[in-house]
Amino acid sequence: MPKVFYTLPDGTERVVAAEPGDSVMRTAIRNGVTGILGQCGGELSCATCHVFVDERHAGEFPPVSEDEDDMLDVAATDREDTSRLSCRLVLAAGQEVHVTVPEAQL
Amino acid sequence: MSTGRLLVVGAGQAGAQLVSSARELGWDGPISLVGGEPHAPYGRPPLSKAFLRGQAAAGSLALRSAAFYREREVDLVLGERIVLLDPPSGTAVAASGRRWRFDRLVLATGARPRRLAVEGADLDGVLVLRDLADAEALARRLGAVTDLVVVGGGFVGLEVAATAAAAGVRVTVVEAAPSLMNRVVGAETAGFVEAAHREAGIRVLTGARPVRFRGDGHGAVTAVELADGTDLAAGLVLVGVGARPRDALARAAGLRCDGGVVVDAYSLASDGRTLAIGDCADLPDPTPGSDRRLRLESVDNAVEQAKAAATTLVGDPRPYRGVPWFWSDQGALKIQIAGLALAGDEAVVRPGARPGQHIALRYRGERLVAAEFVNAPADFLVVRKALAQGAPLSREAAADTSMPLKRHLAGRPA
Repeated sequence: MPKVFYTLPDGTERVVAAEPGDSVMRTAIRNGVTGILGQCGGELSCATCHVFVDERHAGEFPPVSEDEDDMLDVAATDREDTSRLSCRLVLAAGQEVHVTVPEAQL
Repeated sequence: MSTGRLLVVGAGQAGAQLVSSARELGWDGPISLVGGEPHAPYGRPPLSKAFLRGQAAAGSLALRSAAFYREREVDLVLGERIVLLDPPSGTAVAASGRRWRFDRLVLATGARPRRLAVEGADLDGVLVLRDLADAEALARRLGAVTDLVVVGGGFVGLEVAATAAAAGVRVTVVEAAPSLMNRVVGAETAGFVEAAHREAGIRVLTGARPVRFRGDGHGAVTAVELADGTDLAAGLVLVGVGARPRDALARAAGLRCDGGVVVDAYSLASDGRTLAIGDCADLPDPTPGSDRRLRLESVDNAVEQAKAAATTLVGDPRPYRGVPWFWSDQGALKIQIAGLALAGDEAVVRPGARPGQHIALRYRGERLVAAEFVNAPADFLVVRKALAQGAPLSREAAADTSMPLKRHLAGRPA
């Protein structure tokens, strides 16, 4: 099973066992990880699932698309080099991912 | 906080959000979430898209995990239809005879698809799309037909049309109004979307009204006959002509209903105690400054009204306010709408920065009230925020493409 380590804005960490094929966003919503809203359900329409991906995972996910790039530019919390919309981060079997949840999504 | 027993009738997007938010805000009494379908709460938007394409399994649509309900001690009861509610005595009865006692009741019963009152509407192969069972039936049949006629050029109809056309089915969309998505976008955006669908090979007939579905003599649909005499071959018909609120239970319980369960900004029904949320509710427009009433059928409303309703339940009531928004993915078109325009609101059309983009900003006098976007999700986010904050955007700035909207709106006081 993939595993996601979410570092929340208050510094606490939540570790969630995920389903392969689910995204980091969906895993958060399904398991009540607060701070990731995913308003549109993963359709790349809302930019409310912004996360910072730990640098150790650089290259593990498909590159940022033009739409995702534009949307990160206007995300509620300023983007950084490691910013992604977590609906784009689909988990493979056995994959472990560390992400940090930003202060605000709206 | 001692909060008593909470019963939520309807296990869809709104019901699932309500129980999540109620627990988060400290509701510590027993919670029962009762749904008529055999599935745990799931997201409906993919039903007309990824699910229909076979790219999303039924299990992947679940909104929350089984562990989520278990850990929060939410009793999720599936496959039970409530048939009787008595709010004064706090009693609910299901068709099976099972009973619940409650201290607070939330109705999240949703809506049912409207059907057409024309001859042949009950023929085999005339389908609607609302729930997972509908989508399974549609997906099964779609693989075996050459001609699909979609009656109704709204979100659901156009999403299915695009999905089917991409799969190689010959698709005709029949819309009674002069333009597509008549209730939600202006003529300019409708025209842009119609052209794109035609380009993708979909035949679009506006101002067209079906008068009869014809069968093959064995009860299976074969054709759709229009008022002007046009005859359309149809191995399958999808009727997507809107939905009606499921408010019969509320009406029978003595709650005021008027095309939906009538609630106030705190989601309270006419007894001042029962709550109603999501598609089944007739509510005050949450848009700041608006004083009309409406029903909102959207994921945004299901989620945001549920969150606000949870504050009512825990005794810290906050009125439901916000700029409604909608989205519809139709093939290669990502359509997003922020705010509610009225007929007569003028459009300033702004050419997109990239091909395939379309932006229409809707004005009432000099005030920006809504905006429609195709394949421009970042601009959508910027304008939605501006609408929520009441930030001004002049018509001149809206039309000025020398700067992105983001820059036009930057630096203005929030």
